[in-house]
Amino acid sequence: MLNFKLMEIFKALNIEKRFSNHLALDNLSVAVPEGCIYGLLGPNGAGKTTLIRIINQITAPDKGELFFYDRKFRSDDVFQIGYLPEERGLYKKMKVGELSVYLARLKGVSKHDALKRLKHWFEKYEMQAWWNKKVEELSKGMQQKVQFIITIIHQPRLLIFDEPFSGFDPINTTMLKKEILNLRNQGATILFSTHDMGSVEELCDRITLINQSKSILEGDINEIRKKYKSNTYEIGLDGDVKKLTEFFRDKYNLVELKRADDHFLARIALDKSVDDNSLLSNVIPYFHVISFNEVIPRMNEIFIKVVQNAQKTKQSDN
Amino acid sequence: MNKIPLIIKREYLSRVRKKSFIIMTILGPLLFATFLILPAWLSQVEDTGEKIIAVLETDEFNEPRPDSLSFFADVIPDKENLKFEYVPASLDVLKNILSSSKYDAVLHIPYNVINSETVELYTKKQPSLGVEIHITQSLEKYIYNLKLRKNNIPPEVLSSVRTDIALKTIRLGKDGSYQEQNQQDIKRWIGYICGFLIYFFIFFFGAQVMRGVIEEKTNRIVEIIVSSVRPFQLMMGKIVGVGMVGLTQFLVWIILTSGIVLVTQQAMRPGKPVTESSELTPESIFEARPVQNQNTTPDKTTGFNGYVEGIREIPFLKVFAAFLFYFLGGFLLYGSLFAAIGSAVDSETDTQQFMLPVTIPLILSFFIMISTFTNPEGQLAVIFSVIPLTSPVVMMGRIGFDIPLIQILSSMVALVLTFLGTTWLAGKIYRTGILMYGKKVSYKELWKWIRYKN
Repeated sequence: MLNFKLMEIFKALNIEKRFSNHLALDNLSVAVPEGCIYGLLGPNGAGKTTLIRIINQITAPDKGELFFYDRKFRSDDVFQIGYLPEERGLYKKMKVGELSVYLARLKGVSKHDALKRLKHWFEKYEMQAWWNKKVEELSKGMQQKVQFIITIIHQPRLLIFDEPFSGFDPINTTMLKKEILNLRNQGATILFSTHDMGSVEELCDRITLINQSKSILEGDINEIRKKYKSNTYEIGLDGDVKKLTEFFRDKYNLVELKRADDHFLARIALDKSVDDNSLLSNVIPYFHVISFNEVIPRMNEIFIKVVQNAQKTKQSDN
Repeated sequence: MNKIPLIIKREYLSRVRKKSFIIMTILGPLLFATFLILPAWLSQVEDTGEKIIAVLETDEFNEPRPDSLSFFADVIPDKENLKFEYVPASLDVLKNILSSSKYDAVLHIPYNVINSETVELYTKKQPSLGVEIHITQSLEKYIYNLKLRKNNIPPEVLSSVRTDIALKTIRLGKDGSYQEQNQQDIKRWIGYICGFLIYFFIFFFGAQVMRGVIEEKTNRIVEIIVSSVRPFQLMMGKIVGVGMVGLTQFLVWIILTSGIVLVTQQAMRPGKPVTESSELTPESIFEARPVQNQNTTPDKTTGFNGYVEGIREIPFLKVFAAFLFYFLGGFLLYGSLFAAIGSAVDSETDTQQFMLPVTIPLILSFFIMISTFTNPEGQLAVIFSVIPLTSPVVMMGRIGFDIPLIQILSSMVALVLTFLGTTWLAGKIYRTGILMYGKKVSYKELWKWIRYKN
């Protein structure tokens, strides 16, 4: 487990943002340690994009404070941020090269540096031939590559991606994941929002789960997953279906029994009092055990569980 | 770091490089120049290729009068490309041989022309207006004098009773100074042209600002840009950039138009000295009109000197400076409103409901300008040339005349204050609007956006 306590690159404290008739963010705090990949999760409309826009200084919070490292956020700190919005788009009529230089310069990169760095990236992804083409002549996938390069061209220390994997084809998604890890290894911090829990498990070190304008879960992803363990074990074993079902039904709480290739996988939820070793030693005399492991919940399950709980609590409050 | 220059540059270059801009910029002056030159040019073109017209006068028996007995044989003078020959042959013969003869037409003057006041022209082709006018004017003049003689009125008497009133306008200053006013017409026309240009430019380029904002919004690129610059900077950059495109087009139009007009004028009148208005200045476009007047009616020099005088009296530097000021002021005012509209909608088709309150004052100002045409110092003109929403067009409509300094100053100050106000207001709408999608926005909503803090 990585230790991020070194320094927080970004911190938002007690943010509140109200739109005309609803509260978009309610006393929300997020702290992003430097050098980590941070996931921002939550159902649609939870307030993720609002938070991201506040970090990018696109909108201002009604209440709360933003910090960059250990000082208050200044408006020119946005030049340390690279932002890839959820809805992506470029000037369709502009030439790719010209547009890239323009957007890099808006982020404070000199023309000379912009050209040098763009050359490097365009070579890396074999995009040199696109330089003088108009954006509208490129395919969607190509445009996304251009957009990604533009996002990181000013070598920001904090990268913010809003739903980066939506709309990307598998090849670009893989490329993007690889680049995210690369950037992190080079010292950048990445904050991204996503619905894709697979990518969260794959990439994220820490997460915040926002639901209905509030942060309802926050922390190191491995610790969260451990915390949500339900003392469930999965045993892979050979045997007759009927016998297996009868055996487990009588003695244990059989959650699931499914066939996997030439054997079965049985999921058993144990009571707190029961030792996992005793489960194994009870099974071994009767069946041939192939595998045995504790089930660590997937982020997907945790997400659904936490959000549903939060909604239930809210309903019972009302 | 200030990013507005970068934005202005992009907005400017991306438009100036467009094919439509280049075509408009080149075609515009050609079109203007054509309008200015064409009448003069046509009057020359129609006479190319020598034409000979046979003249025949008949007696009461419809028989041709011999040369010696004819009254009208030499009445119509020849012109450079137009010759008249008296041919005492039978009309029927002439009509029959016309198509195979060297003559282009037969002019038949009947014996009773003095009373009937009618002559006949048999032609192969439709004669040009110039030929017709030449024939009728020559005959009219001759018969007119004939009638005078018949009634025993000596021509000297007649010329002594002919009266032609000239109105000289003299403006008295409060300090007792006076200034002769020449050719109010020119001043009116200059105001009219300037006012119309401002009206046109504000409308045309204001709509471009709006379209640009909508484009950025629907493209979604706006979110990337406002993560680097303040929305207000983006909006101002766009307005200024587009405004500079308008100015560029305007200047190119003036320079090219006056260039074309002058070059053509010189080419059309070889040997003749060029009039004093020939310097290649922005002003010469205004002077081209009266100069061309001289071309088409070379014998009516009366009034032309007056025109020149009138032009001399117009302070072109003032007109030019005022044009720049009112164009920029008016454009900033309306451009920011157009930008706000663009930010509040998702597509151009949704703009209608917000366009109306912006276009109404603009169109109104155009009509007021036209109605002040006859009375540039009337109350209506004065009031609306100070009200900022109408002042750019209406004040320019009066600019050829001497406008009291207090009126100009108050109009300018009001315009500056108002555009500061509208850009501030538009900035507030813009800031919220550009990130708002899929929502039908109402005026109530816009009011809320204006009242948002920060």
